[in-house]
Amino acid sequence: MKVIDQEIASLKNSVSEMWSLVRQQLFNAGEAMLSGDKELAYKVISRERRVNAFELKIDSDCEDIIALYAPVAIDLRFVLAMYKINTNLERLGDFAESIARFAGNLPDGEPVDPDLIKETRVQVMLQELLEMLALAQEAFEKEDSEIASRIFLKDNLVDEINVASSKIIANYIESHPGSALIGLYMSGVIRKMERFGDHCTNIAEELIFYLDAKVMKHMGKADPKA
Amino acid sequence: MYKIDTQNVDFYYGDFHALKNISMQISPNTSVAFIGPSGCGKSTFLRLFNRMNDLIPGTKLEGKIYIDERNIYDKSENVDRLRKNVGMVFQKPNPFPKTIFENVAYGLRVNGVKDQSYIEETVVKTLQQVVLWDEVKDKLKESAFALSGGQQQRLCIARALAISPSILLMDEPTSALDPISTGKIEDLIHQLKEQYTIVIVTHNMQQAARVSDKTGYFYLGELIEYGDTRKIFTNPEKESTQNYITGRFG
Repeated sequence: MKVIDQEIASLKNSVSEMWSLVRQQLFNAGEAMLSGDKELAYKVISRERRVNAFELKIDSDCEDIIALYAPVAIDLRFVLAMYKINTNLERLGDFAESIARFAGNLPDGEPVDPDLIKETRVQVMLQELLEMLALAQEAFEKEDSEIASRIFLKDNLVDEINVASSKIIANYIESHPGSALIGLYMSGVIRKMERFGDHCTNIAEELIFYLDAKVMKHMGKADPKA
Repeated sequence: MYKIDTQNVDFYYGDFHALKNISMQISPNTSVAFIGPSGCGKSTFLRLFNRMNDLIPGTKLEGKIYIDERNIYDKSENVDRLRKNVGMVFQKPNPFPKTIFENVAYGLRVNGVKDQSYIEETVVKTLQQVVLWDEVKDKLKESAFALSGGQQQRLCIARALAISPSILLMDEPTSALDPISTGKIEDLIHQLKEQYTIVIVTHNMQQAARVSDKTGYFYLGELIEYGDTRKIFTNPEKESTQNYITGRFG
Protein backbone atom coordinates (compact mmCIF):
# COMPACT_ATOMS: atom_id res chain seq x y z
CA MET A 1 0.00 0.00 0.00
CA LYS A 2 1.33 3.42 -0.91
CA VAL A 3 2.00 5.81 1.94
CA ILE A 4 -0.70 8.27 0.88
CA ASP A 5 -3.19 5.37 0.87
CA GLN A 6 -2.21 4.54 4.43
CA GLU A 7 -2.61 8.17 5.47
CA ILE A 8 -6.00 8.40 3.79
CA ALA A 9 -7.17 5.15 5.42
CA SER A 10 -6.04 6.43 8.79
CA LEU A 11 -7.87 9.75 8.26
CA LYS A 12 -10.99 7.88 7.22
CA ASN A 13 -10.85 5.80 10.43
CA SER A 14 -10.51 8.91 12.58
CA VAL A 15 -13.45 10.64 10.88
CA SER A 16 -15.52 7.48 11.21
CA GLU A 17 -14.75 7.24 14.93
CA MET A 18 -15.68 10.89 15.42
CA TRP A 19 -18.89 10.31 13.50
CA SER A 20 -19.90 7.44 15.79
CA LEU A 21 -19.09 9.53 18.83
CA VAL A 22 -21.22 12.45 17.61
CA ARG A 23 -24.13 10.11 16.85
CA GLN A 24 -23.88 8.70 20.35
CA GLN A 25 -23.72 12.23 21.77
CA LEU A 26 -26.91 13.26 19.99
CA PHE A 27 -28.67 10.05 20.98
CA ASN A 28 -27.73 10.48 24.65
CA ALA A 29 -28.53 14.20 24.66
CA GLY A 30 -31.98 13.44 23.21
CA GLU A 31 -32.58 10.69 25.76
CA ALA A 32 -31.52 13.02 28.58
CA MET A 33 -33.89 15.74 27.36
CA LEU A 34 -36.88 13.44 26.90
CA SER A 35 -36.42 11.54 30.16
CA GLY A 36 -34.90 14.27 32.33
CA ASP A 37 -31.91 12.02 33.04
CA LYS A 38 -29.37 14.52 34.34
CA GLU A 39 -26.60 12.00 34.79
CA LEU A 40 -26.80 11.15 31.12
CA ALA A 41 -26.83 14.86 30.30
CA TYR A 42 -23.62 15.43 32.29
CA LYS A 43 -22.02 12.47 30.51
CA VAL A 44 -22.73 14.13 27.17
CA ILE A 45 -21.33 17.44 28.40
CA SER A 46 -18.19 15.75 29.64
CA ARG A 47 -17.68 13.78 26.41
CA GLU A 48 -17.83 16.93 24.32
CA ARG A 49 -14.11 17.32 25.03
CA ARG A 50 -13.48 14.11 23.10
CA VAL A 51 -15.32 15.52 20.09
CA ASN A 52 -13.14 18.63 20.28
CA ALA A 53 -10.00 16.51 20.53
CA PHE A 54 -11.05 14.60 17.40
CA GLU A 55 -11.57 17.87 15.58
CA LEU A 56 -8.05 19.04 16.37
CA LYS A 57 -6.50 15.71 15.38
CA ILE A 58 -8.40 15.50 12.09
CA ASP A 59 -7.57 19.12 11.22
CA SER A 60 -3.91 18.37 11.82
CA ASP A 61 -4.03 15.12 9.83
CA CYS A 62 -5.64 16.89 6.85
CA GLU A 63 -3.02 19.62 7.02
CA ASP A 64 -0.23 17.05 7.08
CA ILE A 65 -1.59 15.07 4.14
CA ILE A 66 -1.91 18.21 2.02
CA ALA A 67 1.53 19.50 3.01
CA LEU A 68 3.41 16.22 2.73
CA TYR A 69 1.69 14.20 0.03
CA ALA A 70 0.20 16.85 -2.27
CA PRO A 71 -2.95 14.82 -2.95
CA VAL A 72 -4.69 15.25 -6.31
CA ALA A 73 -8.02 14.27 -7.91
CA ILE A 74 -10.14 12.01 -5.65
CA ASP A 75 -7.49 12.06 -2.92
CA LEU A 76 -7.58 15.86 -2.84
CA ARG A 77 -11.39 15.93 -2.83
CA PHE A 78 -11.37 13.37 -0.03
CA VAL A 79 -9.05 15.43 2.17
CA LEU A 80 -10.91 18.69 1.48
CA ALA A 81 -14.23 16.98 2.20
CA MET A 82 -12.93 15.47 5.44
CA TYR A 83 -11.64 18.87 6.51
CA LYS A 84 -15.10 20.37 6.12
CA ILE A 85 -17.01 17.37 7.43
CA ASN A 86 -14.80 17.54 10.50
CA THR A 87 -15.93 21.11 11.16
CA ASN A 88 -19.56 20.13 10.67
CA LEU A 89 -19.27 17.14 13.00
CA GLU A 90 -17.69 19.32 15.66
CA ARG A 91 -20.61 21.75 15.43
CA LEU A 92 -23.01 18.81 15.71
CA GLY A 93 -21.14 17.83 18.86
CA ASP A 94 -21.70 21.37 20.19
CA PHE A 95 -25.43 21.13 19.46
CA ALA A 96 -25.66 17.81 21.26
CA GLU A 97 -23.93 19.39 24.22
CA SER A 98 -26.40 22.32 24.17
CA ILE A 99 -29.35 19.91 24.25
CA ALA A 100 -27.67 18.08 27.14
CA ARG A 101 -27.19 21.38 29.00
CA PHE A 102 -30.89 22.12 28.57
CA ALA A 103 -31.64 18.69 30.08
CA GLY A 104 -29.09 19.25 32.84
CA ASN A 105 -30.70 22.59 33.79
CA LEU A 106 -34.24 21.25 34.13
CA PRO A 107 -35.61 21.51 37.68
CA ASP A 108 -35.03 18.30 39.64
CA GLY A 109 -37.82 15.79 39.20
CA GLU A 110 -39.51 17.90 36.54
CA PRO A 111 -38.88 16.51 33.08
CA VAL A 112 -40.17 18.39 30.07
CA ASP A 113 -43.96 18.29 29.87
CA PRO A 114 -44.84 15.27 27.64
CA ASP A 115 -47.58 17.38 26.01
CA LEU A 116 -44.99 19.92 24.88
CA ILE A 117 -42.81 17.14 23.49
CA LYS A 118 -45.74 15.62 21.66
CA GLU A 119 -47.12 18.87 20.27
CA THR A 120 -43.76 20.21 19.07
CA ARG A 121 -42.85 16.79 17.57
CA VAL A 122 -39.35 17.26 18.96
CA GLN A 123 -38.98 13.50 19.40
CA VAL A 124 -39.77 12.95 15.71
CA MET A 125 -37.27 15.65 14.85
CA LEU A 126 -34.63 13.99 16.99
CA GLN A 127 -35.26 10.63 15.35
CA GLU A 128 -35.00 12.19 11.92
CA LEU A 129 -31.67 13.81 12.78
CA LEU A 130 -30.26 10.56 14.10
CA GLU A 131 -31.31 8.88 10.86
CA MET A 132 -29.72 11.64 8.80
CA LEU A 133 -26.49 11.26 10.68
CA ALA A 134 -26.56 7.48 10.36
CA LEU A 135 -27.34 7.73 6.67
CA ALA A 136 -24.47 10.13 6.12
CA GLN A 137 -22.10 7.80 7.95
CA GLU A 138 -23.31 4.88 5.85
CA ALA A 139 -22.76 6.89 2.66
CA PHE A 140 -19.28 7.79 3.89
CA GLU A 141 -18.28 4.26 4.82
CA LYS A 142 -19.76 2.65 1.70
CA GLU A 143 -18.57 5.56 -0.47
CA ASP A 144 -22.05 5.80 -1.98
CA SER A 145 -23.26 9.21 -3.12
CA GLU A 146 -26.78 7.93 -3.79
CA ILE A 147 -27.18 7.24 -0.06
CA ALA A 148 -25.80 10.71 0.69
CA SER A 149 -28.36 12.34 -1.61
CA ARG A 150 -31.24 10.87 0.45
CA ILE A 151 -30.28 13.16 3.32
CA PHE A 152 -31.54 16.29 1.55
CA LEU A 153 -35.13 15.07 1.53
CA LYS A 154 -35.00 14.16 5.19
CA ASP A 155 -34.02 17.70 6.11
CA ASN A 156 -37.36 18.95 4.81
CA LEU A 157 -39.24 17.32 7.68
CA VAL A 158 -36.82 18.83 10.19
CA ASP A 159 -37.41 22.28 8.72
CA GLU A 160 -41.16 21.77 8.74
CA ILE A 161 -41.18 20.83 12.44
CA ASN A 162 -39.03 23.85 13.23
CA VAL A 163 -41.30 26.27 11.36
CA ALA A 164 -44.39 24.89 13.09
CA SER A 165 -42.82 24.95 16.54
CA SER A 166 -42.90 28.73 17.17
CA LYS A 167 -46.67 28.96 17.17
CA ILE A 168 -47.04 25.75 19.18
CA ILE A 169 -44.63 26.97 21.84
CA ALA A 170 -46.24 30.44 21.96
CA ASN A 171 -49.62 28.81 22.57
CA TYR A 172 -48.08 26.54 25.20
CA ILE A 173 -46.57 29.49 27.08
CA GLU A 174 -49.90 31.32 26.99
CA SER A 175 -51.70 28.34 28.45
CA HIS A 176 -48.89 27.39 30.91
CA PRO A 177 -47.55 30.76 32.22
CA GLY A 178 -45.53 28.99 34.93
CA SER A 179 -43.60 27.06 32.26
CA ALA A 180 -42.63 30.00 30.08
CA LEU A 181 -38.94 29.41 30.65
CA ILE A 182 -39.14 25.74 29.64
CA GLY A 183 -41.08 26.79 26.56
CA LEU A 184 -38.37 29.27 25.58
CA TYR A 185 -35.62 26.74 26.20
CA MET A 186 -37.49 24.20 24.06
CA SER A 187 -37.74 26.78 21.32
CA GLY A 188 -33.95 27.22 21.49
CA VAL A 189 -33.39 23.47 21.36
CA ILE A 190 -35.60 23.07 18.31
CA ARG A 191 -33.79 25.86 16.55
CA LYS A 192 -30.49 24.15 17.30
CA MET A 193 -31.90 20.90 15.96
CA GLU A 194 -32.91 22.65 12.79
CA ARG A 195 -29.32 23.86 12.41
CA PHE A 196 -28.21 20.31 13.14
CA GLY A 197 -30.17 19.18 10.08
CA ASP A 198 -28.50 21.88 7.99
CA HIS A 199 -25.08 20.61 9.05
CA CYS A 200 -26.12 17.08 8.05
CA THR A 201 -27.00 18.36 4.58
CA ASN A 202 -23.64 20.18 4.45
CA ILE A 203 -21.99 16.85 5.19
CA ALA A 204 -24.00 15.17 2.42
CA GLU A 205 -22.88 17.91 0.01
CA GLU A 206 -19.26 17.30 0.94
CA LEU A 207 -19.65 13.55 0.44
CA ILE A 208 -21.09 14.09 -3.03
CA PHE A 209 -18.27 16.50 -3.84
CA TYR A 210 -15.74 13.90 -2.73
CA LEU A 211 -17.36 10.92 -4.49
CA ASP A 212 -18.78 12.46 -7.67
CA ALA A 213 -16.90 15.77 -7.94
CA LYS A 214 -20.28 17.55 -8.05
CA VAL A 215 -20.83 20.84 -6.24
CA MET A 216 -24.24 20.71 -4.53
CA LYS A 217 -23.91 23.86 -2.46
CA HIS A 218 -26.49 26.63 -2.79
CA MET A 219 -28.66 24.49 -5.06
CA GLY A 220 -31.76 25.32 -3.02
CA LYS A 221 -34.02 23.03 -1.07
CA ALA A 222 -35.00 19.59 -2.34
CA ASP A 223 -38.59 20.77 -2.31
CA PRO A 224 -39.14 24.45 -3.23
CA LYS A 225 -42.25 24.59 -1.05
CA ALA A 226 -40.28 23.61 2.05
CA MET B 1 22.50 6.82 20.87
CA TYR B 2 22.63 8.64 17.57
CA LYS B 3 23.37 6.77 14.37
CA ILE B 4 25.10 9.80 12.89
CA ASP B 5 26.32 12.68 15.01
CA THR B 6 28.09 15.63 13.41
CA GLN B 7 29.64 18.27 15.60
CA ASN B 8 30.66 21.72 14.38
CA VAL B 9 31.56 20.53 10.91
CA ASP B 10 33.31 22.93 8.56
CA PHE B 11 34.43 21.81 5.13
CA TYR B 12 36.57 23.54 2.53
CA TYR B 13 37.25 22.95 -1.16
CA GLY B 14 40.58 24.79 -1.26
CA ASP B 15 39.67 28.31 -0.10
CA PHE B 16 35.96 27.83 -0.64
CA HIS B 17 34.15 27.43 2.67
CA ALA B 18 31.51 24.89 1.60
CA LEU B 19 30.02 23.87 4.96
CA LYS B 20 29.82 26.13 7.96
CA ASN B 21 29.66 24.87 11.53
CA ILE B 22 27.12 22.13 10.98
CA SER B 23 25.93 20.05 13.90
CA MET B 24 23.27 17.46 13.23
CA GLN B 25 22.09 14.32 14.96
CA ILE B 26 20.38 11.50 13.10
CA SER B 27 18.64 8.72 15.01
CA PRO B 28 18.77 5.08 13.89
CA ASN B 29 16.08 3.80 11.50
CA THR B 30 14.91 7.19 10.40
CA SER B 31 14.92 8.76 6.98
CA VAL B 32 16.35 12.23 6.71
CA ALA B 33 16.12 14.47 3.67
CA PHE B 34 18.51 17.29 2.82
CA ILE B 35 17.01 20.08 0.75
CA GLY B 36 18.28 23.40 -0.49
CA PRO B 37 19.22 25.23 -3.69
CA SER B 38 22.08 24.00 -5.88
CA GLY B 39 25.47 24.64 -4.35
CA CYS B 40 24.13 24.88 -0.80
CA GLY B 41 26.34 22.04 0.44
CA LYS B 42 23.79 19.29 0.95
CA SER B 43 25.56 16.73 -1.28
CA THR B 44 28.93 17.69 0.15
CA PHE B 45 27.60 17.07 3.65
CA LEU B 46 26.10 13.73 2.61
CA ARG B 47 29.38 12.58 1.09
CA LEU B 48 31.20 13.24 4.33
CA PHE B 49 29.34 10.32 5.90
CA ASN B 50 31.22 7.73 3.85
CA ARG B 51 34.31 9.85 3.25
CA MET B 52 33.66 10.21 -0.46
CA ASN B 53 35.12 13.72 -0.32
CA ASP B 54 38.51 12.24 0.65
CA LEU B 55 38.94 11.51 -3.05
CA ILE B 56 38.86 15.23 -3.93
CA PRO B 57 42.26 16.93 -3.65
CA GLY B 58 42.58 20.14 -1.65
CA THR B 59 39.64 19.54 0.69
CA LYS B 60 39.77 20.08 4.43
CA LEU B 61 37.43 19.01 7.21
CA GLU B 62 37.11 20.54 10.66
CA GLY B 63 34.83 19.25 13.39
CA LYS B 64 33.80 15.70 14.20
CA ILE B 65 31.57 13.13 12.55
CA TYR B 66 30.56 10.09 14.56
CA ILE B 67 28.79 7.03 13.20
CA ASP B 68 27.75 4.49 15.81
CA GLU B 69 29.81 6.61 18.22
CA ARG B 70 33.04 6.11 16.21
CA ASN B 71 34.80 9.14 14.86
CA ILE B 72 34.91 8.19 11.19
CA TYR B 73 37.72 10.65 10.45
CA ASP B 74 39.94 9.20 13.14
CA LYS B 75 43.31 8.06 11.78
CA SER B 76 42.61 4.52 12.95
CA GLU B 77 39.34 4.32 11.01
CA ASN B 78 39.30 1.81 8.16
CA VAL B 79 37.60 3.49 5.20
CA ASP B 80 36.66 0.19 3.53
CA ARG B 81 34.96 -0.92 6.70
CA LEU B 82 33.16 2.45 6.90
CA ARG B 83 31.90 2.20 3.31
CA LYS B 84 30.69 -1.34 3.94
CA ASN B 85 28.55 0.07 6.72
CA VAL B 86 27.50 3.20 4.82
CA GLY B 87 26.13 2.31 1.37
CA MET B 88 25.50 4.89 -1.30
CA VAL B 89 23.19 5.30 -4.27
CA PHE B 90 23.80 8.01 -6.84
CA GLN B 91 21.74 10.26 -9.06
CA LYS B 92 22.16 8.20 -12.20
CA PRO B 93 21.81 4.45 -11.99
CA ASN B 94 25.34 3.11 -12.41
CA PRO B 95 25.17 -0.66 -12.73
CA PHE B 96 28.44 -2.41 -13.49
CA PRO B 97 28.85 -3.89 -16.98
CA LYS B 98 28.00 -7.29 -15.58
CA THR B 99 24.98 -9.52 -15.27
CA ILE B 100 22.12 -8.62 -12.96
CA PHE B 101 23.21 -11.37 -10.58
CA GLU B 102 26.85 -10.29 -10.56
CA ASN B 103 25.97 -6.67 -9.87
CA VAL B 104 24.41 -7.66 -6.57
CA ALA B 105 27.01 -10.33 -5.80
CA TYR B 106 29.89 -7.95 -6.53
CA GLY B 107 30.11 -6.37 -3.09
CA LEU B 108 30.12 -9.76 -1.41
CA ARG B 109 32.86 -11.08 -3.70
CA VAL B 110 35.17 -8.07 -3.22
CA ASN B 111 34.65 -8.46 0.51
CA GLY B 112 36.01 -11.97 0.28
CA VAL B 113 32.80 -14.01 0.46
CA LYS B 114 33.37 -17.30 -1.38
CA ASP B 115 30.43 -19.39 -0.23
CA GLN B 116 28.38 -19.58 -3.47
CA SER B 117 25.17 -20.70 -1.77
CA TYR B 118 25.40 -17.75 0.66
CA ILE B 119 25.99 -15.40 -2.28
CA GLU B 120 23.00 -16.80 -4.17
CA GLU B 121 20.81 -16.61 -1.10
CA THR B 122 21.85 -13.00 -0.46
CA VAL B 123 21.29 -11.96 -4.08
CA VAL B 124 17.76 -13.39 -4.06
CA LYS B 125 16.95 -11.92 -0.66
CA THR B 126 18.27 -8.49 -1.60
CA LEU B 127 16.49 -8.40 -4.95
CA GLN B 128 13.29 -9.29 -3.10
CA GLN B 129 14.00 -6.57 -0.58
CA VAL B 130 14.13 -3.92 -3.30
CA VAL B 131 10.99 -5.35 -4.92
CA LEU B 132 12.86 -6.26 -8.10
CA TRP B 133 12.93 -10.04 -7.82
CA ASP B 134 9.69 -10.75 -9.68
CA GLU B 135 10.84 -8.57 -12.58
CA VAL B 136 14.33 -10.09 -12.97
CA LYS B 137 14.17 -13.64 -11.62
CA ASP B 138 14.11 -15.13 -15.12
CA LYS B 139 16.96 -13.02 -16.48
CA LEU B 140 19.56 -12.94 -13.76
CA LYS B 141 22.28 -13.76 -16.27
CA GLU B 142 21.36 -10.94 -18.61
CA SER B 143 23.24 -7.65 -18.63
CA ALA B 144 22.10 -5.10 -16.06
CA PHE B 145 22.01 -2.57 -18.88
CA ALA B 146 18.99 -4.39 -20.32
CA LEU B 147 16.92 -3.13 -17.40
CA SER B 148 14.91 0.11 -17.42
CA GLY B 149 16.32 3.15 -15.57
CA GLY B 150 14.05 2.57 -12.59
CA GLN B 151 14.97 -1.11 -12.43
CA GLN B 152 18.67 -0.24 -12.71
CA GLN B 153 18.33 2.14 -9.77
CA ARG B 154 16.65 -0.52 -7.65
CA LEU B 155 19.44 -2.88 -8.71
CA CYS B 156 21.97 -0.33 -7.48
CA ILE B 157 20.12 -0.13 -4.18
CA ALA B 158 20.21 -3.93 -3.99
CA ARG B 159 23.94 -3.84 -4.71
CA ALA B 160 24.42 -1.38 -1.85
CA LEU B 161 22.29 -3.46 0.53
CA ALA B 162 23.86 -6.82 -0.29
CA ILE B 163 26.85 -6.16 1.95
CA SER B 164 24.57 -5.38 4.92
CA PRO B 165 25.18 -1.70 5.58
CA SER B 166 23.27 0.01 8.37
CA ILE B 167 23.16 3.40 6.64
CA LEU B 168 22.09 4.15 3.09
CA LEU B 169 23.02 7.47 1.51
CA MET B 170 21.03 8.51 -1.53
CA ASP B 171 22.14 11.45 -3.65
CA GLU B 172 19.14 12.51 -5.73
CA PRO B 173 18.27 8.87 -6.40
CA THR B 174 15.22 9.56 -8.57
CA SER B 175 16.13 12.68 -10.49
CA ALA B 176 16.82 10.62 -13.63
CA LEU B 177 13.67 8.51 -13.30
CA ASP B 178 10.08 8.78 -14.51
CA PRO B 179 7.25 9.30 -11.97
CA ILE B 180 6.28 5.61 -11.79
CA SER B 181 9.85 4.50 -11.11
CA THR B 182 10.21 7.38 -8.65
CA GLY B 183 7.12 6.19 -6.82
CA LYS B 184 8.57 2.68 -6.53
CA ILE B 185 11.84 3.99 -5.10
CA GLU B 186 9.94 6.17 -2.63
CA ASP B 187 7.82 3.21 -1.50
CA LEU B 188 11.06 1.29 -1.12
CA ILE B 189 12.58 4.02 1.05
CA HIS B 190 9.57 3.73 3.36
CA GLN B 191 10.13 0.00 3.71
CA LEU B 192 13.88 0.22 4.09
CA LYS B 193 13.85 2.72 6.90
CA GLU B 194 12.53 -0.04 9.16
CA GLN B 195 15.96 -1.62 8.89
CA TYR B 196 18.32 1.14 7.80
CA THR B 197 19.07 4.76 8.49
CA ILE B 198 18.50 6.62 5.24
CA VAL B 199 19.83 10.02 4.28
CA ILE B 200 18.58 11.38 0.99
CA VAL B 201 19.55 14.50 -0.90
CA THR B 202 16.76 15.69 -3.12
CA HIS B 203 15.90 18.67 -5.27
CA ASN B 204 12.30 17.58 -5.21
CA MET B 205 10.78 19.13 -2.12
CA GLN B 206 7.63 17.09 -2.40
CA GLN B 207 9.79 13.99 -2.36
CA ALA B 208 11.47 15.15 0.84
CA ALA B 209 8.00 15.67 2.31
CA ARG B 210 6.82 12.23 1.22
CA VAL B 211 9.75 10.08 2.26
CA SER B 212 11.49 11.61 5.23
CA ASP B 213 10.92 11.73 8.96
CA LYS B 214 13.24 14.69 9.34
CA THR B 215 14.35 17.38 6.93
CA GLY B 216 17.40 19.61 6.90
CA TYR B 217 17.34 22.81 4.86
CA PHE B 218 20.75 24.04 3.71
CA TYR B 219 21.64 27.42 2.28
CA LEU B 220 25.08 28.78 1.38
CA GLY B 221 26.81 26.05 3.35
CA GLU B 222 24.77 26.54 6.50
CA LEU B 223 22.18 24.27 8.01
CA ILE B 224 19.36 26.78 8.32
CA GLU B 225 16.77 24.48 9.84
CA TYR B 226 16.58 20.83 10.81
CA GLY B 227 13.51 19.21 12.30
CA ASP B 228 10.50 16.97 11.86
CA THR B 229 9.41 16.94 8.23
CA ARG B 230 5.78 17.57 9.21
CA LYS B 231 6.84 20.67 11.10
CA ILE B 232 9.16 21.93 8.36
CA PHE B 233 6.44 21.57 5.72
CA THR B 234 3.59 22.99 7.76
CA ASN B 235 5.18 25.55 10.03
CA PRO B 236 8.91 26.09 9.52
CA GLU B 237 10.73 28.17 12.12
CA LYS B 238 12.79 30.23 9.68
CA GLU B 239 11.52 32.58 7.02
CA SER B 240 14.28 31.41 4.67
CA THR B 241 12.99 27.80 4.91
CA GLN B 242 9.46 28.96 4.26
CA ASN B 243 10.52 30.96 1.21
CA TYR B 244 12.40 27.96 -0.19
CA ILE B 245 9.74 25.31 0.34
CA THR B 246 7.00 27.56 -0.98
CA GLY B 247 9.03 28.15 -4.14
CA ARG B 248 9.44 31.88 -3.52
CA PHE B 249 13.18 31.56 -3.50
CA GLY B 250 15.90 29.21 -4.67
